[in-house]
Amino acid sequence: MPKLTVDGIEVEVPQGATVLQACEEAGVEIPRFCYHDRLSIAGNCRMCLVEMEKAPKPVASCAFPAGDGMVIKTDTDLVKKARNGVMEFLLANHPLDCPICDQGGECDLQDQSMAYGFDRGRFIENKRAVSDKHMGPLIKTIMTRCIHCTRCVRFSTEIAGVDEMGMLNRGENAEITTYLEKALASELSGNVIDLCPVGALTSKPYAFKSRPWELTKTESVDVMDAVGSNIRVDSRGSEVLRVLPRIHEDVNEEWIADKTRYACDGLKRQRLDRPFVRVDGKLKAASWAETFTAIRDKLSGMDGKKIGAIAGDLADVESMLALKDLMTGLGSPNIDCRQDGAKVGGGARAGHLFNTSIAGIEEADAILLVGTNPRWEAPLVNARIRKTWLATDIEVAGIGPRLDLTYDVDWIGAGPQTLQEVVDGKHPFAEVLKAAEKPMIIVGSGALARTDGARVLGAAKKIADSYGLVTEDWNGFNVLHRAASRVGGLEIGFLPGEGGLDTAGMLEAAGKGELEAVWLLGADELDTAAFENTFVIYQGHHGDKGAHAADVILPGAAYTEKNGTYVSTEGRVQRTRYSHLPLGDAREDWKILRAVSEPLGAKLPYDTIDQLQKRMIELNGALARLDHVAAGDWGDFGTDGAMDDAAFTLPIDNYYMTDPISRASQTMAACTEAFLAQTERTGTDG
Amino acid sequence: MLQDKDRIFTNLYGVHDWRLAGAKKRGIWDNTKALIELGKAEIIEKMKASGLRGRGGAGFPTGLKWSFMPKEVGERPHYLVVNADESEPGTCKDRDILRYDPHRLLEGCVVAGFAMGAETAFIYIRGEFVNEAHNIQAAIDEAYDAGLLGDNACGAGIRFDIVLHRGAGAYICGEETALLESLEGKKGQPRLKPPFPAGVGLYGCPSTVNNVETIAVAPEILRRGPEWFEALGRPKNSGTKIFCISGHVNKPCNVEEELGIPLKELIEKYAGGVRGGWDNLLAVIPGGSSVPCLPKDICDNVLMDFDSLREVQSGLGTAAVIVMDKSTDIVKAIANLAHFYKHESCGQCTPCREGTGWMWRVMERMVAGKAEPDEIDTLFDVTKQIEGHTICALGDAAAWPIQGLIRHFRPEMEARIKRYHEMAAAAD
Repeated sequence: MPKLTVDGIEVEVPQGATVLQACEEAGVEIPRFCYHDRLSIAGNCRMCLVEMEKAPKPVASCAFPAGDGMVIKTDTDLVKKARNGVMEFLLANHPLDCPICDQGGECDLQDQSMAYGFDRGRFIENKRAVSDKHMGPLIKTIMTRCIHCTRCVRFSTEIAGVDEMGMLNRGENAEITTYLEKALASELSGNVIDLCPVGALTSKPYAFKSRPWELTKTESVDVMDAVGSNIRVDSRGSEVLRVLPRIHEDVNEEWIADKTRYACDGLKRQRLDRPFVRVDGKLKAASWAETFTAIRDKLSGMDGKKIGAIAGDLADVESMLALKDLMTGLGSPNIDCRQDGAKVGGGARAGHLFNTSIAGIEEADAILLVGTNPRWEAPLVNARIRKTWLATDIEVAGIGPRLDLTYDVDWIGAGPQTLQEVVDGKHPFAEVLKAAEKPMIIVGSGALARTDGARVLGAAKKIADSYGLVTEDWNGFNVLHRAASRVGGLEIGFLPGEGGLDTAGMLEAAGKGELEAVWLLGADELDTAAFENTFVIYQGHHGDKGAHAADVILPGAAYTEKNGTYVSTEGRVQRTRYSHLPLGDAREDWKILRAVSEPLGAKLPYDTIDQLQKRMIELNGALARLDHVAAGDWGDFGTDGAMDDAAFTLPIDNYYMTDPISRASQTMAACTEAFLAQTERTGTDG
Repeated sequence: MLQDKDRIFTNLYGVHDWRLAGAKKRGIWDNTKALIELGKAEIIEKMKASGLRGRGGAGFPTGLKWSFMPKEVGERPHYLVVNADESEPGTCKDRDILRYDPHRLLEGCVVAGFAMGAETAFIYIRGEFVNEAHNIQAAIDEAYDAGLLGDNACGAGIRFDIVLHRGAGAYICGEETALLESLEGKKGQPRLKPPFPAGVGLYGCPSTVNNVETIAVAPEILRRGPEWFEALGRPKNSGTKIFCISGHVNKPCNVEEELGIPLKELIEKYAGGVRGGWDNLLAVIPGGSSVPCLPKDICDNVLMDFDSLREVQSGLGTAAVIVMDKSTDIVKAIANLAHFYKHESCGQCTPCREGTGWMWRVMERMVAGKAEPDEIDTLFDVTKQIEGHTICALGDAAAWPIQGLIRHFRPEMEARIKRYHEMAAAAD
């Protein structure tokens, strides 16, 4: 532990810390552009120069290791002159276009030039102009503004794992670019916008939309996948303009995936902002009262067993609980929160959680991926695995289709056969798991959404049990969900009751005409054709597949419009915060259910969200504390028996469009075309 | 004056055979085994005692540099890297060693490499040196065939390999860490120091980068004894050095001389004097393009060694003496160098990337006088903002020539500005 003096303040820092970190420890702020604590050190901006006693010249504090007995000075004339000089050089060729720059107001260069800039420029030569680079539909470039800090290059090569960015040419002709001016093919590409200290890389969809100080900033949680990334929603009026990451070391660090960041324009398209009732085969706008009447007329007197309810991927725990209670009141045991049919839940709690926790991945030394593409199902989980892979000798093997996950994966097989071999200890990777100190298995939701899903889960449990994946202080058994609502639904038991039907059962019954009414709480990933003769009540916020099949539409709130509890795949309880009220006549979902319960004669016993949440906690104590992960109990789950031969297939075929919000997003549509369209454009396109 | 018996580079002019047979006649590879049998510690001690300072420009004591390598070879192998990327304008000494005396360098590689625990030496040669690369490779092949390299190098029971690597012609790749990057196949950009190459160098292994001349003189020092070398030259500036004299002299040449020889003597004796006589001298850049120039009054008496030149705010650098007579447009000459540094800056760190272009543009205006007088101060200030603030020494190298110009030739610059303004006023 070196001890050193910074501006007369003595500090002690851990071995291997840099002078810059020591300065921060001493409470001295060091200006910087290229340094970022999650990226490798470049030391190229030279803004962080400090004076070190006995050194002939100022040192770059971001790169210089702190040593015992060093005397650092940051407030001397030498330091000030050095930093002023660097600032002058940075501004020499930087355009003076702050008034039309989207970074204005949140620009590191702007901020630091207030402290270190001269009051006038001495550079009277012509300024450099750099041609803009094409980086796809998400990142807008104005490369003349670039100060060559290389944060974006380091992010894409280190964190995102795509070697597509770099610096071409040298000296003052140096340019940052994607080598072939390709779009940056990473699900994390948007983070380079946050990293860029100037306005060189900005958000293309957000271009010229707003100034940061005009925005209402709401701290919330993402629902585009089951990771529960912490986000900040920036809105103006009832329009969400952008989504930015919030730091949460255990979840998303300070990154978010592109869908999280960019699907927000889907929040203002295809929205259901008023109730509808189907009259003579056509959906007709109606009042709330008319809608309730239509529902009451249909449901009253109906046998509860002929009613079903399915919760979609974006539902919050409160609304699912209200729906569950309503169904109980109506006498229906047919409820399910697994619209993909995943055979998960119902057993011990550890059987449906990502027990290792996302941060825990960094301790693991062997991972077996089963039927999952973490890069698409949970990009930030994938980034953690890559981070661990870079830092350690972790061995990663996969069963399922071969994928590029940005780290080396030993693809040992395609389907359950290989999984069985590992269970039986016949596969060499079984030895790896046995030998590992902290082994992990990650079972994808796609591998469970099969008819033999419960047996796949059972096989995974056997691996966990017999190869020491679960010990007193380590649980290496993980289910990787991709629906934000899934774990929450499982936690409150939004599952078929005694003799109740699951999703597949309801679809089958509906096809046979045995299910007379179904309540879809934002459930859009279903084959709604089966409901042709069923009375469909669709409650949700987007006019997607479910709404098209609906007989009654109840307009609900999107995740930016309600305070809803979500439980992430690791079991972390988090809550979204509303940044504005639901659009038009739409209402928060639990309120709709509470309101409709009265005419249906099954009045729900709560009038405020607090009362509802109290009931939620009574039902499952694990939901009591926000940002808390209650460890899952290790018990029975999954079933024994032979698995099918069919290879694992992946549930997502288009990362950019997985839910009603992203399907409504123009940006996500542009991404789909840029990254996934298989066909070459022809001359007559567009 | 250096006596012939004390010369190390006995084939500097290529009049003798450069191949193995000829090299052996000149005493190269003569009982190299005995040098190796001195042992690592002894070799390094002798190098320290000889007072040899690095010949690549910075003048760092060579023995001390070798001693920075870990004493024992751990898991990571040690490497010797020879910097043959001679690109400093005015410098052409390594080139003549490479083509006329390649075996002297190879023998040096074996001895120096052994002393620092390396089994492999990489020679990174400038891409433009096509014939030189050919000669070096031919010499390496000969040395392997003769058993001087390979599994039992020089019969001393050590393994030693030499790999020749051709660069692609970037000045910055002569900076030791940029050279390592380039050698690894990456873009030639200097690394941050610390860690120094002796700790983390080529492929992350302990490495030492030495100039061609430094390595080439090592065997001779060990053979004749450090006292002999130390006695040559001046205190703390011992030994001989190849000087490259170019520019406005009657006979431009490379010559090996003792350090500390007076500049005037060097030019008059070996280069046939300044064109038009000593009094026609305007200025001399004494150590390659990156050191500040010296006006005639300093040149009259200055001695050519590290410390003497430092005292007059210049440097020995690579000992490339660029002579300029009074026909020279000194401002234009320095502007030319400024353009060189702007062109060769790697663009990694801010002061050099932005500053070299700025300086060059101002210098171009200064050539015509199209500037304001106070811009001279601004220009000087800009050089000071670059100097010492960059990752590598290229920033300093770009700043110093202009500082030298302003220090010694400010009146000339001011006169030009005045003239330009007068002509502009007359034209109106």
